[in-house]
Amino acid sequence: MANWKKIGAGAGAIAAVAAIGAGTWAYETLETSRSDVADDNVTLATFEANPEAAERGEYVMRMGDCAACHTRGQGEMAGGYEIETPFGKLVSSNITPDTETGIGKMTERDFFNALRQGIGQHGLLYPAMPYTAYAKLTDADMHDLWAYMSTVEPVQNDIDENAGMPFPFNIRLAMAGWDMLFFKNEGFDGDPVADRGRYIVDGAGHCSACHSPRNILGAEQGSAYLHGANVDGWHAPDITSNAAMGVGGTSAEDLARYLGTGTDGVAVASGPMAEAVQHSLQYLTVDDRLAMANYLLSVEDSGAERTAPAKIADSAELAYEVNCSACHGLNGEGIVNAVPAFKGNNALLADPSSLIHVMLNGARAPYTEGARTAAGMPSFAWKMDDAQIASVLDYVRNSWGNQAAAIAPAKVGRMRETLGASQPISALPE
Amino acid sequence: MANERPKADVVIVGLGWAGSVMAEELTRAGLNVVAIERGKWRDTSTDFPPAVDPDELKWHTRRQMLAAPSRETYTFRNRSSQTAAPTREWSAFQFGENVGGAGTHWAGMSWRFSPWDFEVATRTEDRYGRARLDALRAEGLLLQDWGITYDDLAEDYDRFERIAGTSGIAGNLNGEIRPGGNPFEGPRSRDYPTPPLKDSYWMARYRDTTTRMGYHPFTIPAGNLGQAYVNPLGVSMGPCTYCGFCDFHGCGNYSKSSPQACILPVLMRRPNFTVLTETQALNAVKSEDGKTVTGVRYVGSDGQGEGFQPADIVIFTAYQMDNVRLMLLSRIGEQYDPSTMQGTIGRNYNYQTCSSVTGYFDGAKMNPFISAGAMAVQIDDLNGDNFDHADLDFIGGAGMMSVQTQGRPIALANTLRPGTSRWGSGWKEGFSKSYNEAATLFNQGTSMSTRDAYLSLDPTYEDRFGQPLLRITFDWNRNDKAMMRHITDKAQAIMQEAGADAMTTDLQTENSWNPYTQLSSHTIGGLVMGADPTTSALNPYCQSWDCHNVFSVGANCFPNNAGYNPTVTIGALAIRAAKAIHSTYVNNPGPLVEA
Amino acid sequence: MNRREALFSIGAAAAGAGIAGRASAAELRGVPAATAQTADHMPGPIVRGGDFKVFTDQTDHATLKAVFDRLIPSDDHGPSASEAGVLDFLDAQLAGPYGDGAAYYLEGPLQPGHEEEVMGQKQFLETPRQRYAKGLKALEQYAQDNDGASFAALSPDRIDEILTGMEAGRIDLPGGVFGQAFFELMLQNAREGYLSDPIYGGNRDFAGWTMIGFPGARYDYRAYVDRHNEDLALAPVSLIPSN
Repeated sequence: MANWKKIGAGAGAIAAVAAIGAGTWAYETLETSRSDVADDNVTLATFEANPEAAERGEYVMRMGDCAACHTRGQGEMAGGYEIETPFGKLVSSNITPDTETGIGKMTERDFFNALRQGIGQHGLLYPAMPYTAYAKLTDADMHDLWAYMSTVEPVQNDIDENAGMPFPFNIRLAMAGWDMLFFKNEGFDGDPVADRGRYIVDGAGHCSACHSPRNILGAEQGSAYLHGANVDGWHAPDITSNAAMGVGGTSAEDLARYLGTGTDGVAVASGPMAEAVQHSLQYLTVDDRLAMANYLLSVEDSGAERTAPAKIADSAELAYEVNCSACHGLNGEGIVNAVPAFKGNNALLADPSSLIHVMLNGARAPYTEGARTAAGMPSFAWKMDDAQIASVLDYVRNSWGNQAAAIAPAKVGRMRETLGASQPISALPE
Repeated sequence: MANERPKADVVIVGLGWAGSVMAEELTRAGLNVVAIERGKWRDTSTDFPPAVDPDELKWHTRRQMLAAPSRETYTFRNRSSQTAAPTREWSAFQFGENVGGAGTHWAGMSWRFSPWDFEVATRTEDRYGRARLDALRAEGLLLQDWGITYDDLAEDYDRFERIAGTSGIAGNLNGEIRPGGNPFEGPRSRDYPTPPLKDSYWMARYRDTTTRMGYHPFTIPAGNLGQAYVNPLGVSMGPCTYCGFCDFHGCGNYSKSSPQACILPVLMRRPNFTVLTETQALNAVKSEDGKTVTGVRYVGSDGQGEGFQPADIVIFTAYQMDNVRLMLLSRIGEQYDPSTMQGTIGRNYNYQTCSSVTGYFDGAKMNPFISAGAMAVQIDDLNGDNFDHADLDFIGGAGMMSVQTQGRPIALANTLRPGTSRWGSGWKEGFSKSYNEAATLFNQGTSMSTRDAYLSLDPTYEDRFGQPLLRITFDWNRNDKAMMRHITDKAQAIMQEAGADAMTTDLQTENSWNPYTQLSSHTIGGLVMGADPTTSALNPYCQSWDCHNVFSVGANCFPNNAGYNPTVTIGALAIRAAKAIHSTYVNNPGPLVEA
Repeated sequence: MNRREALFSIGAAAAGAGIAGRASAAELRGVPAATAQTADHMPGPIVRGGDFKVFTDQTDHATLKAVFDRLIPSDDHGPSASEAGVLDFLDAQLAGPYGDGAAYYLEGPLQPGHEEEVMGQKQFLETPRQRYAKGLKALEQYAQDNDGASFAALSPDRIDEILTGMEAGRIDLPGGVFGQAFFELMLQNAREGYLSDPIYGGNRDFAGWTMIGFPGARYDYRAYVDRHNEDLALAPVSLIPSN
């Protein structure tokens, strides 16, 4: 998905719907009785947290990866992360307890409404905020998170979240339409203790936000839950129990190790997943990561199958030996904890967007307590043309037991353009 | 002062090997450390990945990663009676200029010094008598112990090797001599972190030859890793791929020990560590009573102008020459004067006494491009004091290694059979053979400092900041020349026995020393450690005798050089000094050793 | 890049570039997030066969070609220097930082005789580009003075004779050009061009590397290291392979 032209058209339609006015649908999505459990008198700025609750809340914050968007070099949780969208620019908000520029005036109830239903203090939130997943957070986790947020240092940092959004996208009420269509105003439907893995995966962890494909309007397709999806030039792979393409062949221990360190000894996280591991998942307890892993291994098989193999070009083996093998190994074995192996690495085999992405722009592994190299993948954009990149990737995807379809050089070319990667330095003209 | 930065616990000048390991120790102990590095940030995947690294012209011929003489050089003369001249072009010495320092572009030879090297004076007297020692001193050799022994440093050697992932094979495990290793080495508590590199054809042939001759060949310890490895800091390294682009190059696949590959991934992420890149330290500033310094003056990058970094402790880890120069520019201690023998700053300058013997083997395929910076088989039978010098007119010796360290064509274009033209069809014919048929035995010998060899500031030539350049006054001494003649004769005999059809020898000690034609980049001493403040600038913890909050670690610390490469000893001294700082000095600032 | 950005946006590159810290350029904490190749560590290939930037004078060019093609003549071991593109190489080198002497310490005073005595070789305040400009003119003048002909018109044997004299230090050139030092400069540069990666202009079709059996810009010989004393016949590879 992530075809924003389509989504743009869809959102425009929603804006029109919104303009007609609220109907009965609004009752369901904007109904806030779930927040009745929260206090509506004391503001965040004046709230005095129980230290133990705040500590538990910090853990919830890590699970939800709040800092990923709200800490961007302008102070802890002080917002300021600019998100360019086809509709205009969104800026992540200041969620410190500052009363003027942060959320210091919010009550706990306001906080619950914002986090679980996307109803913010300046109107409805854009679904860049994953309230569709946070909706599943338990009241207890919410109370703790609230307590934690009260301990954050207030930072004065005035942010107009949607100043960069032109009409009609600056009408936050338009999001009501999106909510009506796709937002389920429901809590977690299981036992958050017994179903701990699913609770984290679907709730705070919001894994499906990337790993499930979306429909034309940007909503996740329930029928393809965790089947893998493309997210802006990256492929978030199949993480169902499918053994051919997903994580089915992995042990829960290895999968949990990946979540905690960014590597299971074979694959190494890059791109958005590297950030998720570094800023969020590595802070989870071993038990929680194992619970997530066990749950993922129980997710219904996507049914994906390996495609017919590509024919490997004669020159590709030498290209691999010259450019790749020093790090990735003569037999695709990689360097443990630092450089991904290709042999036995299912994530390579589906959509090649991530592979092309790292070939063009380079990448970095996450830095975690358990894997402290954070090795870099160099960019080859300057060195290899589209056909050379496609060819060497075909080699990687069809060696050491791997099997995947040929990559069209034109796809590399399109990504080169989209990602703004440099053109190859051409070989010597004679 | 203009642009004064917040005070740090420690300021480190120069973020190479010594600076990195010290910063790692000190930040782990909770100290707030600021490093000042004149070069840029450089990292594996962005600055020297395999896609740009195998390029001899850029990295070796043009030395792109080194500090150019235009940015820093030194002046040189053989004797105090001469006027020194500036070294204008690339020379034997290899100043680093990047985060990682020379640790980024070094070859990787990863030796411990032998026990003898730390105690040359004592052990010479013990074995050959007081009269022999006195005679050597009378002819001008400044023989003195380091104030520490091999045993004092063994634990720190081990720590550095674990961080670096050194490959090799133990020859002396807790006193037990092990087959295949170096039987002459000091005892080590455990084997190397990674197994030794493989033999090339030349190494195997040398191993056979020297075994036949009764010597004890072994694979040298290397910062080129024998297998993938995770070091004690949790950083992963890859196995060496024998790519042959090692010294002067960065390593593109995390397989050469370097600050980048071993330390920086962890150090850089410590919240109590900051590095000021592209920032040139000018000098340390003394306090009013002159017994301590208050911080370091620097010039920031790109016209940011002068600044000051206050700190409780100042550490110079800027390279041997720069450490001496910084002490002189900071007016810490007294400049050594060879005529009076007074002063310690600049004293005990020494080098690395070397020769090479190259054999040409008709029809052989040495495949020199399959190589690594520290790929060699060595014999130590004639190194240090491993052989009896009673009837010889010198002390010291050399490690004799069959090097398989590079196959760079431009650099090897003069490696030609005797009598071969250096140009024309004769050169093409000769080089087309010798490139693959030549094999070199490199003899890396000890070097003793002398009364007349020293470092000082040049009265005429200045750097780009208007500060005087460092001046080297040095020439070979009789002892070291005699040693290298002896070694070179032996090397020629080995090469003959190995079956060489022709031979060339490079014996630089037969000429006056100059900066351009040397075989080693190892510039040593000038700010040495010792137990006696009248003959050393630093105490056994590399702490200045003159300003107790100044420390300096580098090859400048060595009063004499071993027949080995200096890096691992520098690393071990850095760890030792850092441990003394955070365990003792910070709790009770003052001299760690009473004079 | 951040996941959120990935989800909801998309000028990935632009937003990513904005993440750089606010600290001053010199102060570094943490590891810079950049993944692109650092510009000053990128290879700088040249366009071979373009207009010369330094050797624009026809006579200079002809003199240089005459010298280089005797230093590295065409024979059974491969093409001559000029055939292998070494003149293109040197022109580009001299047009850049190498020609500027950017790496050299060129501060005065120069003590010519003394510096040679102490340093074991002559030292110069002139840049390599200036030394070529002067040296090539001097070679031409030398030929005119001694042979009454242009240097480029001399016979190969006569050129070899002059070069041999320069190499041995027997011949100095008009205008105070030291014959031996200029010879060494030219020999070094000719070899550099013949033996460096073809992207720099010389070593065309891997002429130099093929002559000696150097496989070029490879980075992994683990598959070959155990094959002792064997002609591995590895095809040379350039840093930037052409299709």
